[in-house]
Amino acid sequence: MKEPGKSSGMQFHRRAFLQGSGAVAAATAISGGAAEAATKAARVVRSKTKITLHVNGADHEVEVEPRETLLEVLRYQLDLTAAKPVSSDGSSGASTVLVDGKPMTASTLLALACRGKKIETCEAVSSHHPDKVCEAFVKHDSLQCGFCTPGFVVAVRAFLKRHPNATREQIRQGLNGNLCRCGTYADMIEAVTDLVKGGGNG
Amino acid sequence: MKSFEYAEPRTEEEALEFLQEDGGTAVVLAGGTDLVGLLKKMVVRPDRVVNIMEVDAFKEIRPLSDGGLAVGAAVTLDELLASVHMADYPGVLDAIHGINSMQLQCQGTLGGELLRRPQCWYFRRDGELLDGERVEQGDNRYHAIFGNQGPAKFVSASRIAPCLVAMGAQARIRSLDGERWCSVADLYQIPRRREQRETTLAAGELVTHIVLPPAADMQTATYEVRASVGPDMPLAAAAAALRFAGGRVAEARIVMGQVAPIPWPADAAANFLAGRVVDEETAAEAGRLAVAQATPLSHNEYKVQLAATSVRRAVLRAAGLDTGGF
Repeated sequence: MKEPGKSSGMQFHRRAFLQGSGAVAAATAISGGAAEAATKAARVVRSKTKITLHVNGADHEVEVEPRETLLEVLRYQLDLTAAKPVSSDGSSGASTVLVDGKPMTASTLLALACRGKKIETCEAVSSHHPDKVCEAFVKHDSLQCGFCTPGFVVAVRAFLKRHPNATREQIRQGLNGNLCRCGTYADMIEAVTDLVKGGGNG
Repeated sequence: MKSFEYAEPRTEEEALEFLQEDGGTAVVLAGGTDLVGLLKKMVVRPDRVVNIMEVDAFKEIRPLSDGGLAVGAAVTLDELLASVHMADYPGVLDAIHGINSMQLQCQGTLGGELLRRPQCWYFRRDGELLDGERVEQGDNRYHAIFGNQGPAKFVSASRIAPCLVAMGAQARIRSLDGERWCSVADLYQIPRRREQRETTLAAGELVTHIVLPPAADMQTATYEVRASVGPDMPLAAAAAALRFAGGRVAEARIVMGQVAPIPWPADAAANFLAGRVVDEETAAEAGRLAVAQATPLSHNEYKVQLAATSVRRAVLRAAGLDTGGF
């Protein structure tokens, strides 16, 4: 055990931290045992493995390597190609999907880390015809080459759910995680402003 | 990506065991917004990736009996924004709001944000953190203006760290050997040798929680200068934590971000403010003092003024005054 901390202030934090800390209690309660060792071993994936992903309301069995991203599995195994590979670090937002209802970039999620989560892609988000977000995009001519559009549509959905009465400024801020190289931002903001006015956040 | 093993612990102990490096290297995966990109570029090439997102203890936001707040390393930034317990720490919220992307906020975690690898483009290209000569002769417009005399000329990437350092927040660090606590300031170091990194964490060590001190009478703010409204990294930033007594500053801590390989304390500015009333003039003087010792590189002298402005506006904002900017 190393020294808990140099100053008395840190000692103080440590004492306060330990009071009522479930984490520490659980940690000390752990004991060995063959069954436990087996479950623990099962939590390490070394090679290609069959897993179940819950995508767009259905369970899908897929086979993945530890290094495969959710985006790769969606596009190349499940043929869901709305989410796009644009930036390797997620900075474009083009691979945006909903994970347990929250917008995340599939290109920076490992597929294995998505087990047990509810994943929704643009295909599901815009499957109800006519879809209000898509309609607004068409009405306002909010796309040019269209490559970034599915990411934006998912992001707009997620944004309106959180900010149903967003101002124009909030819309600008809220969609900052997505980039459009054609630069159709102005028309997209028009579309989303229209949705806010029309209560199209359902 | 290089092939690796994936481990998904459910408890703190399990996480530490999985991080144990028997022969190979192991890295911690939280939200993945930084690490997965680095894995793809093979800048980081681990033998094992340990995903800590399924450990419940790392997902807690827990008020402590002394008035402080413990936040697990895997708490996401949007969870912090939504937490009632965070209302007393506006400086931290400023920094999270600055990370101007729903996706980064929903996916990114507090621990991951604090331990983001440097954004230096030379490092991101081939993983070389300490090629000072290349930075000196190359495009160093976003590099350090302080603490840049050695081979490390990148800037510390965390946007939340300056405020946590200013507040005196602590980090709880676990390894199989036990537990240690250190200030968030001491999480960071300026690496001088190849085997060193930008953090003081040893192999097998894991930051499990950050403990924020009682907010009580502390007033905090973070101010970032950004090139535009987009999700880019700021050009300069500063955080201020002030305590007032009778309208004057009783205690001040000011820490700059994006200017040095570590969150850079502006002690001269803080000392100047002690005992003074915060107004446009004293805040501006604090800004000037904060950058008096700056040593800009060939292409980043502009950052000196931006850092001074960051300090001035962070101080004004912490004091509840108009910053004169947006």
